[in-house]
Amino acid sequence: MALPKEKQEVTDAMLSHLPEATGGNWIKTARSAAMDRLASLGLPVKRDEYWKYGDPTHWTAVEPKFTTTSEASQVFDGVEPLTLVFVDGVFDADASDALALDGAEITLLSKAAQADLHWSQSLYGVLETRANSVKPQDGGALVRPVDRPFAALNTAIAQEGVLIHVTGQVARPIRISYRSNGGQALLHHAVKVDEGASVTLLEEGLPAARYDVMIEADVADEAEFHHVRMQGHAPQVQAMTQLYARLGRESTFKSFALSVDGVATRSDAILELTGDDASAHVGGAVLGDGKDVHHDDTVFITHDAVNCESRQVFKKVLRNGATGVFQGKILVKEDAQKTDGYQISQSLLLDDDSQFLAKPELEIYADDVACSHGSTTGAMDEEGLFYLRARGVPKGYAEDLMTIAFVAEAIDEIADEALQEVVLAQVEAALAGRRG
Amino acid sequence: MLEIKNLHVELEEEDKKILNGLNLTVEAGKVHAIMGPNGSGKSTLSYVLSGRDGYEVTDGSAELLGEDILEMEPEERAAAGLFLAFQYPVEIPGVGNMTFLRTAVNSQRKARGEEELSAADFLKEVRAKAKSLKIDADMLKRPVNVGFSGGEKKRNEILQMAMLEPKMCILDETDSGLDVDAMKLVADGVNALRDEGRSFLVITHYQRLLDHIKPDVVHILYKGQIIKTGGPELALEVENNGYADLIAAEEA
Repeated sequence: MALPKEKQEVTDAMLSHLPEATGGNWIKTARSAAMDRLASLGLPVKRDEYWKYGDPTHWTAVEPKFTTTSEASQVFDGVEPLTLVFVDGVFDADASDALALDGAEITLLSKAAQADLHWSQSLYGVLETRANSVKPQDGGALVRPVDRPFAALNTAIAQEGVLIHVTGQVARPIRISYRSNGGQALLHHAVKVDEGASVTLLEEGLPAARYDVMIEADVADEAEFHHVRMQGHAPQVQAMTQLYARLGRESTFKSFALSVDGVATRSDAILELTGDDASAHVGGAVLGDGKDVHHDDTVFITHDAVNCESRQVFKKVLRNGATGVFQGKILVKEDAQKTDGYQISQSLLLDDDSQFLAKPELEIYADDVACSHGSTTGAMDEEGLFYLRARGVPKGYAEDLMTIAFVAEAIDEIADEALQEVVLAQVEAALAGRRG
Repeated sequence: MLEIKNLHVELEEEDKKILNGLNLTVEAGKVHAIMGPNGSGKSTLSYVLSGRDGYEVTDGSAELLGEDILEMEPEERAAAGLFLAFQYPVEIPGVGNMTFLRTAVNSQRKARGEEELSAADFLKEVRAKAKSLKIDADMLKRPVNVGFSGGEKKRNEILQMAMLEPKMCILDETDSGLDVDAMKLVADGVNALRDEGRSFLVITHYQRLLDHIKPDVVHILYKGQIIKTGGPELALEVENNGYADLIAAEEA
């Protein structure tokens, strides 16, 4: 089927800039298949349903709009992680730890791509392909999924990333630490967690002035995947993150992201619960300050097994004309009985110029489920603020306390208390920085 | 301690006069009670003194220990020694009661140029004071006032008062919503804080709170002015006869 003219034009412009698919057999195949998917899906334009609140040209334009650099981020130093450093998307071996960890095998995509066979071929681009494929729904009808062309683009052209095969209970978190020299970065990480294994993946810092970081996580039966991202702070960054995960029976998935500012921050989380009794939590906190700030969380959780639980908890604090978007969906398939789905998105608007746009969606085909969703937008509670001040807490700090209290519910989605503390400290630091 | 002269206050949004030349002097170490019918201006007085938005002072002054407090921010008034026990303590989800208390104590100390209380010293003090108010560890951990019963909220107010050690305490209808036992507990907490260097302004509808917190002076507030001042017997008179006689005498 031909693409609409507008989509065809942006897609052709992008395709003409893309390199030929190269590498060993497995990845060459994966890359050219992804290229074909991209060509048939077409890149999004503003008219696309899941882009109407945002501006896809931030990523369809060949060149980034701004340049922004950053120092190395060290927020997770306290939890003594194994650290891998990337500067503008290029692995910095000297600044990184040796890729050796008990219970996990860690490789770079650039290295795996040279081989003709690699374990990651069962994962790289696979979850993205599932998300982008038309597949028969229960009862045989074909269901057209939401197009994820940027994910196909990432699979097609990513040259670097971290490939982690987790075979045991890995106690030490793995940290991917980013730094920007003002360029562009495109990374594709893949994490395969074997049955009963567990891992914690941390991301921190600014990968580049414009970046697209994708993670595919395959969490097997009774496995655990924990993920905390402290998105690097830069007023002008164009940031895209894409998280694709599949969850097996009795598995646990928890992902949280803190984002501060950015002209275009788009975070997608596309999760599929395929094994019974699985649990998936995604949370996010956003501090947006300034009229050019635009932050979009888009979540799509598919329940395709019995007795699974999912939670989406998103909090955005917006001021000086910042825009926050939340597009969250829970899809419960016909056989996914006993599903427990929860979704809440809330914004704290600190002035009349800021805005929050929320699109919560439930699509339920099973008849024995409990799903709830809520979305609120409000100003700071003046009563609470006066109460704090009447007890002697200075106004600025009282506002910070109220703000921290507001985002705390999302931070609670992080299982590890030490990591919660790290995130809280970052929120406090960001707020204190604003107060000057 | 507290000296209010000719205080005139209007509601900002409604252009409505609430206080009309109120005069009141509370001496150090004394307990003054203010009684009055609904709408006489009792709560407005407590809010204006503590610095809440929405009120405009059109004339007069209010000084705490010789300092003009009307120009101060609410937090400055608190650091200067003013404390308002709220009629309706506010629930603040997400902020732990303990964190709130410690932040308040140390903010005030910092504002006064005093050394901040260490975590250990604070904990010791708060535990001892909480115990005497029958506030358990769970209440200290929970978010400020969230899910607290009416009695628990008022006890929590008194705990804050005990920790902050203010000089001038205003109790705004602290007895509202309390059963007899809870009122006794709260009154005991207040009485324990009575001290030569500390004054109280107890705002109430009913005489019964004044059975437990014995006032030195009782004032009757009506239409934004003090119309009568007397000893504790004045409160009993109100309890027996209502305000009608006093108001009739004033308006005659």
